[in-house]
Amino acid sequence: MNRRDSLRALVVGGLSAAVLVDACKTPAGKDAGTDTQTGADQDHPERMAEEKAFDKKLLQEPKFFTDHEFATITILGDIIIPKDEVSGSASDAKVADFIEFIVKDMPEHQVPMKGGLRWLDMQCLKRFEKTFKDCDATQQIAIVDEIAYPNKAKPNMKQGVAFFTLMRNLTITGFYTSEIGIKDIGYVGNRPNQWNGVPDDVLKQYNLAYTEKELKECISFDTKS
Amino acid sequence: MDDIQIKKQSKKYDAIIVGSGAGGGMAAYVLANAGLKVCLLEAGPNFDPRENSSQLKNPWDSPRRGASTKYRPFGDFDGCYWGWEIDGEPYTQAPGSNWEWWRARMVGGRTNHWGRISLRFGPNDFKRKSIDGLGDDWPIGYDDIKPYYDKIDQLIGVFGTNEGLYNDPDGYFLPPPKPRLHEIMLQRSNAKINIPVIPSRLSILTKKINNSREACFFCAQCGRSCKVYGDFSSSSVLVKPALATGNVDLVTNAMAREVLTNRDGLASGVSYVSKDDMQEYQVYGRTVILAASACESARLLLNSKSERFPNGLANSSNAVGKYLHDSTGADMGGILPQLFDRKRYNEDGVGGMHVYTPWWLDNKKDKLDFPRGYHIEYGGGFDMPLYGFNWGIEKLNGSYKVKGKQKEAGGYGTSLKEDNRFFFGASIGMAGRGEGIAREDSYCEIDPEVVDKYGIPVLRFHTQWTDYEIKQAKHMKETFKEILTNMGAVITWGDDDGEHNKWGLHNPGNIIHEAGTVRMGNDARKSPLNKYSQSHDVKNLFCVDGGQFVSQADKNITWTILALSMRASEYIVDQLKKQNI
Repeated sequence: MNRRDSLRALVVGGLSAAVLVDACKTPAGKDAGTDTQTGADQDHPERMAEEKAFDKKLLQEPKFFTDHEFATITILGDIIIPKDEVSGSASDAKVADFIEFIVKDMPEHQVPMKGGLRWLDMQCLKRFEKTFKDCDATQQIAIVDEIAYPNKAKPNMKQGVAFFTLMRNLTITGFYTSEIGIKDIGYVGNRPNQWNGVPDDVLKQYNLAYTEKELKECISFDTKS
Repeated sequence: MDDIQIKKQSKKYDAIIVGSGAGGGMAAYVLANAGLKVCLLEAGPNFDPRENSSQLKNPWDSPRRGASTKYRPFGDFDGCYWGWEIDGEPYTQAPGSNWEWWRARMVGGRTNHWGRISLRFGPNDFKRKSIDGLGDDWPIGYDDIKPYYDKIDQLIGVFGTNEGLYNDPDGYFLPPPKPRLHEIMLQRSNAKINIPVIPSRLSILTKKINNSREACFFCAQCGRSCKVYGDFSSSSVLVKPALATGNVDLVTNAMAREVLTNRDGLASGVSYVSKDDMQEYQVYGRTVILAASACESARLLLNSKSERFPNGLANSSNAVGKYLHDSTGADMGGILPQLFDRKRYNEDGVGGMHVYTPWWLDNKKDKLDFPRGYHIEYGGGFDMPLYGFNWGIEKLNGSYKVKGKQKEAGGYGTSLKEDNRFFFGASIGMAGRGEGIAREDSYCEIDPEVVDKYGIPVLRFHTQWTDYEIKQAKHMKETFKEILTNMGAVITWGDDDGEHNKWGLHNPGNIIHEAGTVRMGNDARKSPLNKYSQSHDVKNLFCVDGGQFVSQADKNITWTILALSMRASEYIVDQLKKQNI
């Protein structure tokens, strides 16, 4: 939700918008220096100096994944989260870029990811004489089917299962925390509003109702205005 | 290294306050409004939620999608600077000790991100030794502190309901928000097993109370700190108005080193190192008020050694650093199959639970095998997806029919997308927060060998749980299991605890309610402070943070820190006027 939407929601909600308008103002001047009082760069007043330096260092590090590995992650990501009638794919949501960042931020993922990708390529080379990326779609799905189902995978595929499970988790996390993914999953919060309780139709669906005590004591907002 | 000089401030203040969290913010607020001149030292940078909060940022605004870092252990959007570790500021453990020490470094301290759970202590909470023979009674009772709770409720704002519960006293409450769906389900199903669920008591403004703060707009993000000051943080609600009086000089990035004393054995000021220029400074005042957090205040006293005070200042009792204790904590959670495939709507609500369970049993009558109690906090529903969202879905999607179909666990593709939608919003979790016993042998002291980057000797911890707390955690776990099972939930985490891991009891310190290290008491041989939070030994020295607690109840301690600090501050104003100090 962008700033204009949040302001509209505020006005619709009947709350005073002035304070939030002020609060959402971004200080002008992209090259503004560090404010020694807050330790925060004026571009990112919510970050303290130490963490800005840390993030900058991470972003300046050389790429962790080779182009080949990155392309493989992109293909796998789109197998895990493809485009459907509701939303786009993992690559539409730039999940591979997220994974490239997060393995630098969380080094514990580095060896399982790099090693898992190589494990996958070695399986494909033995079986199809090509790396995963260069296999055709049928071949790719054939190998994925052997590592995507933990409970029925063969014992000699367990390392592949561990890799694919991590890849699935990172892809899901990366996708559903993107703008496309949030819309897909239907998270409709993170905006100013007036909480007036569970909607009536939902209460009815679960055969519930607020008690008289709750209705009397709790804050209510006039929804008609 | 450049030359180091000690720069002495010529201005003499009425009070030097160390720390700007709940205790220090309140002291600054009361003293400044009484017209006294205050120097407020804060070890971190300035922080104003209006300017510096991450409120309303989206998950993708963080490159790590809100995951935690050492700078923000509660996540990239959290409102607290630092936490379990700070670069260049170590602490150490004695063998077998496992204290976890949270340190905020910013104006407002940890009140910028806390849970806003604002519970009064009840009459029993001040007299626990009289009830169960353990620990000590406070030198004050509920009647002494009630007027201050009343004032704070109205000054700061807290929602809740008057339930007439003896040990969870009524107050001046704003209306609470209506329960969320899973909270209604909890209420209804807990009623069948006689576990009360009442509206929570959080310092969040469901209604506007003055012109400097707006009412809550229900984004559930109090933990990020609030740009419209719709909840309580010391930075926005106490320090800011205190500064507006013109009576307070705020010095940020000022790491206190020692409390200075004069020839009469009185506190004369504070020396600190500035993190901005690494120079040494001294400021002087008629009184010194410590509010640096229980452990930091103890550290400061223990480091303020002199010929006259060889084991640290205000420490003739030898009790400074002792009786260190934290809330107990254990958690469990699961999923509610009746909430699979839910209709979507915005159920953010306020930042935190809308209902909670106060301690409901009687240790004696109910024949419990542990002392003291705990309250239960609840969570669940449609949380904003952040790093870790649906992690481990392979453990879920083979166990339940999704849209009527039994699937193989794991998988990929459009079927997996369907699973992610199906399970969203069905989670439920709960956490017990209880009272541990304050013991003399649970303590912190100065490590004789280790200093931080400023050359200040650091703390070494000696803390361990006893059977009292472990048995309480076992009771929590059994209760949570009953609650979850009774409401038809499937437990997915926290159910594999037992003797081997102390029933999932969090390490001491982990709940971030440190208290007891500079406790109050009538006997100067056993307690550093008197009942006005004033040092028995050094009459112009006070401690107004969690350090002064004798015991900490099964309540979060912030509301009581605020009440005690207000009480001590009014006493200081009175004593300064009468020239007694």
